Amino acid sequence: MENNTPILEVKDLHTHFLTKTGAVKAVDGVSFDIKPGETLGIVGESGSGKSITAMSIMQLISPPGKIVQGEILFEGENLNNKTEKEMRKIRGKEISMIFQDPMTSLNPVFTIEKQMVETIRTHEAMNKKQAKQRAVELLDLVGIPDPEARLKNYPHEFSGGMRQRAMIAMALACNPKVLIADEPTTALDVTIQAQILELLAKLQKELGMAIIMITHDLGVVAEVCDRVMVMYAGKPVEFTDVLSLFDHAKHPYTWGLMHSIPKITDQKQKLEAIEGLPPDLRALPKGCSFAARCKHAMDSCFEVDPSFKQYQANHHVRCLLYENEENEKVVPS
Amino acid sequence: MSSLLEVKKLKKHFPVKSGGIIPRQTGAVKAVDGVSFDVKKGETLGLVGESGCGKSTAGRAILKLHEPTDGEIIFKGKDITNVQGEQLRKLRQEMQLIFQDPYASLNPRKTVEQIITEPMKIFNVPKRERQKKLSRLMDVVGLSSYQKDRYPHQFSGGQRQRIGIARSLALDPDLVICDEPVSALDVSIQAQVVNLMEDLQQEFDLTYIFIAHDLSVVHHISDRVAVMYLGQIVEIGEVGELYRNPKHPYTQALLSAIPEANPHKQKERILIKGDLPSPSNPPQGCKFHTRCPLAEDICKQVNPELKQVSEHGQQAACHLVKEVVAGH
Repeated sequence: MENNTPILEVKDLHTHFLTKTGAVKAVDGVSFDIKPGETLGIVGESGSGKSITAMSIMQLISPPGKIVQGEILFEGENLNNKTEKEMRKIRGKEISMIFQDPMTSLNPVFTIEKQMVETIRTHEAMNKKQAKQRAVELLDLVGIPDPEARLKNYPHEFSGGMRQRAMIAMALACNPKVLIADEPTTALDVTIQAQILELLAKLQKELGMAIIMITHDLGVVAEVCDRVMVMYAGKPVEFTDVLSLFDHAKHPYTWGLMHSIPKITDQKQKLEAIEGLPPDLRALPKGCSFAARCKHAMDSCFEVDPSFKQYQANHHVRCLLYENEENEKVVPS
Repeated sequence: MSSLLEVKKLKKHFPVKSGGIIPRQTGAVKAVDGVSFDVKKGETLGLVGESGCGKSTAGRAILKLHEPTDGEIIFKGKDITNVQGEQLRKLRQEMQLIFQDPYASLNPRKTVEQIITEPMKIFNVPKRERQKKLSRLMDVVGLSSYQKDRYPHQFSGGQRQRIGIARSLALDPDLVICDEPVSALDVSIQAQVVNLMEDLQQEFDLTYIFIAHDLSVVHHISDRVAVMYLGQIVEIGEVGELYRNPKHPYTQALLSAIPEANPHKQKERILIKGDLPSPSNPPQGCKFHTRCPLAEDICKQVNPELKQVSEHGQQAACHLVKEVVAGH
């Protein structure tokens, strides 16, 4: 983490889906940067815009979706201005992505070898033999036993954990500078999840890449992330380093998330659920989008949409409770 | 408390057949392979394990949605293992199932009213009573009765799960088998549904078998927990005791693998290597020995039986754990 120039910067990103029934503001003003060797967590529930943020970075948004505003700077160049041909050189080589479901993201009719060799040869000047050699090394790196024989297998012959390893191997094939992991362990069992998280941490140390970890699991966040952005209804609501987030979370939504997970302690308390449902992104309410579910909502929350304000060094929060000191008195410590 | 349900040496093997014109059975997937436990009235038994360990199959075999290969199922003191036909149909009133996927388990062409009242129709509950029950059920699961003419697609995942729960309660069952009821839901919604299930258990005096892979949810809702591995129970005990002091190496590894929402704590993690072996060709001896960090020679040869390992009745199936005789 010595290198302090961000490798990727996202500035005020807005990605909307222009449907017949109105624009769905899936991502509505997201900004962050990430440095080499750093792990940034993006947390939120379904529909909060975390995956669309990732897809926007990869320029994989297809109509009716559109990046309507903002910049995505990778090594200083705006990816929004790249042509599809230029993007193809970046995707998989400079920025790679691992998806949630390893079964649907591998092609079932080709062997692992064919899929890996194809990826490698698309980006590197290698002949088939060299590419195969590289594939063997990669499978070995991600801990698949007997990699040479395994290359001949089809995806269905792999278990869920092995498929996810193969996906990671493929994503790492060209030593990417940024790896976007979209819920990489959600479909896996805990013991396998532990293996995969360990593997990602080890590879990050060896290869020095930046990782964007998209997840809804705060346990995973606590374990692997350096900084965390919490999203709700397309907007970031809190952004800080991982220790501050767990020790001094500011936003009522973050509190709600933390109280909703059952803790393994001896006293059994009732879970403090967040009541209600996330809002319809086509018709966001006036004011703060979380106000209707918020226990601490004030009258002004239904009127004014709070800005994303820096509260302390490295701690941004979008909440009216922190707009003036009078309001802050209700904040539980 | 007396046992509502007793399961003894339950087995469910699925035959594997060869191809050809006359298929022959060439093997069997031993999904559930000798599982015994009992569930007391009013308690929640958690059934945990990784995918493929047989926890869902066990649940379905109890409901006789799968015909058990071997073993006994005793429900309210009666052996129901071989119950068929009309008797089985009647029995199903008393045992219900809540499914994992709230999208796939509701008929998209039926309204909420039709979905919830369907079980009562099948059992000839008079119309007036059905209507009364419908509004009560919708009320207790937190839906408004004006929503009864809506279709499932008009609801969110959490609301659909509430519809599924209302349907399972329509016939006043005694036992509800919940097969991963919250794993498809977002955390904030998950907490709502878990709270609802706890309230309903109180109100309707329900007994739950709660099947899940999420160990913290299971800890929250269960009174006792059984840990399954490759079709067998490797450890069973009272929830606090089992989580605080797991005896079986698999339970220990499983519990240590849960990522904890506390960045200050560096967890000592027992990483178990490799994947679950295939249940059609399980390892000899203790089924966990291929991945067990402590395995010894005896583990490769002899499959350990469940034995008592603490004074509070916790049981584990492991050669390396000392047996504790109750009262000593």
